[in-house]
Amino acid sequence: MTKEWKPRIVAFFCNWCTYTAADLAGVSRLKYASNVRVIRLMCSGRVDPQFILEALTRGADGVLIGGCHPFDCHYVEGNYKMLRRYQLLKRLLADMGIEDQRVRLEWISAAEGEKVKRVINEMTQQIQALGPLGFPSKVADWDREMTELEHHVTAAAAGGCACGESEMAAAKPEVAHV
Amino acid sequence: MNSNREELRIGFYVCHCGHNIAATVDCAEVARYVGTLPHVALSREYKYMCSDPGQELIQQDIREHKLNRVVVASCSPLLHEHTFRGATEAGGLNPFYFHMVNIREHNSWVHTDRKEATEKAKALAQAAIERVAHHKALEVKRVKIHADVLVVGGGIAGIHAAMTMANAGKKVYLVEREPTIGGHMAKFDKTFPTLDCAACILTPKMSEVGNHPNITLWTYSEVTKVDGYVGNYKVTVKHKPRYIVEDACVGCMECIDACVYKTPKFEDEFNEGLGKRKPVFIPFPQATPQVVIIDPETCLNLKTGKCKKTCVEACADRMAIDFTQKETFDEIEVGTMIVATGFKTFDAKRVPAYGYGIYPNVYTALEVERLVNASGPTGGEVITRDGRHPKSIGIIHCVGSRDKKTNVWCSRVCCMYSMKLALLLKEHTGAEIYNFYIDIRTPGKGYEEFYNKLLDEGVHFIRGRVGEVTDWAMTPEEEGKLTIRVEDTLAGYVRRIPVDMVVLATGLEPQQDAQDVRRLFNLSCGGEGWFLERHPKLAPVSTFTDGIFIAGGCQGPRDIPDTVAQAGAAAAECLALIDKGYVEQEPNTAFVLAEECSGCKSCIPLCPYTAITFDESSKVAVINEALCKGCGTCVASCPSGSIVQNLFEDDEVFSEIKGVLAYD
Repeated sequence: MTKEWKPRIVAFFCNWCTYTAADLAGVSRLKYASNVRVIRLMCSGRVDPQFILEALTRGADGVLIGGCHPFDCHYVEGNYKMLRRYQLLKRLLADMGIEDQRVRLEWISAAEGEKVKRVINEMTQQIQALGPLGFPSKVADWDREMTELEHHVTAAAAGGCACGESEMAAAKPEVAHV
Repeated sequence: MNSNREELRIGFYVCHCGHNIAATVDCAEVARYVGTLPHVALSREYKYMCSDPGQELIQQDIREHKLNRVVVASCSPLLHEHTFRGATEAGGLNPFYFHMVNIREHNSWVHTDRKEATEKAKALAQAAIERVAHHKALEVKRVKIHADVLVVGGGIAGIHAAMTMANAGKKVYLVEREPTIGGHMAKFDKTFPTLDCAACILTPKMSEVGNHPNITLWTYSEVTKVDGYVGNYKVTVKHKPRYIVEDACVGCMECIDACVYKTPKFEDEFNEGLGKRKPVFIPFPQATPQVVIIDPETCLNLKTGKCKKTCVEACADRMAIDFTQKETFDEIEVGTMIVATGFKTFDAKRVPAYGYGIYPNVYTALEVERLVNASGPTGGEVITRDGRHPKSIGIIHCVGSRDKKTNVWCSRVCCMYSMKLALLLKEHTGAEIYNFYIDIRTPGKGYEEFYNKLLDEGVHFIRGRVGEVTDWAMTPEEEGKLTIRVEDTLAGYVRRIPVDMVVLATGLEPQQDAQDVRRLFNLSCGGEGWFLERHPKLAPVSTFTDGIFIAGGCQGPRDIPDTVAQAGAAAAECLALIDKGYVEQEPNTAFVLAEECSGCKSCIPLCPYTAITFDESSKVAVINEALCKGCGTCVASCPSGSIVQNLFEDDEVFSEIKGVLAYD
């Protein structure tokens, strides 16, 4: 990447509140950073953690999820379901070494065009400061390790069970320090 | 019909929207770039895609170029997705082979850098191209619409809407939480600019509502629960105990005369606390229904159980008084609803500098409406709280309006009602009237003429926001008076004007419980708390919930003509739905791939609509399509990935993610 780096943020907005708020920001001609690419879903409850991981894996530097405020979900409680998954996923992401600011959940009602602008600008600035996530290359590394590990295991299994165990033991530290 | 095995031929269209998009996004470049993507058979730019020629273009291309997918990059799908699906269908394709890219609200209108905006448009367009490849042909479901309607709120908006629909032969439930219908309008003396007597034009409508065979009028009742969806709502209505059997009461008011309280003693809500009433009362002579009510807070029998119950004696064999009455509930089924819950007036105590609640002769405008009214607490005689006939009166405009400290919006009606009150007060008292205003706003038929008439009548207009109202006299003329201190911005100096009476033109605010009502009906609110319309220009009475419409002051400050017009519009929207007989539902429901479901049941408790059940014989989850509303929560949480949501399939979303990130 020789081009000047700019944060790329993928956003998942619920149809009823946050997507409408983003429309309102447009109608109100508010100006904000152009780094966010919005994907519309019917409800924040539809946001599968895999969507977030997929976005990061494909090169997003951050992911923003927007849903209705508590008690305001068009589908009663989809936003809570998202919140539960989000809490779990955040711990997993922290373990992977992904900074807290990169994945963010915000409640934005249909009237809060201003908040869309503020959140997007804030997030863009924060991620600009953090720099590129570079997750695709990390994932590629992990994939390679997994393949190598697989080779070790198959080779060990072919070589006999007693030495197979020692080979496995030898393979482990190699994975850990990469 | 069209499977993924067939060669994909995608047609892409980027709309200029006049200059709305083209000024910020290089549409030609977007069209060129998308044209280089795989499976794109043709890529065009056009000035107005939503216009007839624009739609015709899509249809023609589908036929001539054998397109089997269509993508349009233009405005928000919430605005025109329906239009382009229609064009796609007219061209001979399944309408769901279409996808829309929002490059106006989400792009050209919010960005200024042309290069960045163009790059974003390319990325979003690429995502749509990737996504549309996975689209499936879907069928629109038709749901029957229940012909009955519920109107919530019995002010002029609710009354007009209910009458319109009842006259069209529909069965209407009108629910009002106060003991009578009529709302704010019933309290007004005259209406601007024609000076029609408010009661004379309203009360005939009220009694018509009360007697209409198609209207079920429930006063002193509230909606407590709303279930279901457009066409098939189940609504629970709570009837509060009024301690009167409505059917038995004939409105003779003998019980009121017989009450153990010989004279009215308690603050009369209808007269804004200026008059008194008994514990058993009727809000005002033309109240509809003509049924008395007993206030449990002040009734001796209900409070202490120790009373001679002279009212019961007076009622005699009519037996309309029932002290044992409890709350009751009704459950009704309706297809559509109109929410017309109105507004409340600004609490003038929030601006202490104007002395409301401190100086007795400071009034709110609504109090003055009652004061000048012939059936008001003084019979229309303007006497101040300290018993004087005012010789000079100051009317302060914009109290709780156009003020960053309170409410920023213009309440729209205050200029006009202030001038109306100025005229009425002048007629009643012959006093000198001073209006203190920021701007005079008279946008309406005959309104400016009314303002000119007042100028001719010699009503004073002083431009300036009033600093304070004080009883601190600086000169002998100010002794015993209220002095209004104001910077006269036309004359260019600070003036002190002593008056006998001050009227505060309080603004309009959302109802105290607007948020609760909003949640009940699944509506949205603007930042100020007014209910949000689906589109400010083109869908002003629709909401984001299908089948629920809004009318009148609950949507924002408006005057009576606009309220009535809106109520009529909302009624027409309901009638249009009812007479069509069915609604088409977005086919975004979820279904279970039975062969992949492991039967773990984790989806079942997640569904807020209990649409998912477990089939014991095949040991898999089953989704009832009629109950599913298409949120996709179950889909996102299925561990085996065996639930699919139409229009938002995993593959579709994943390809969209891939697409937005593919463009670098």
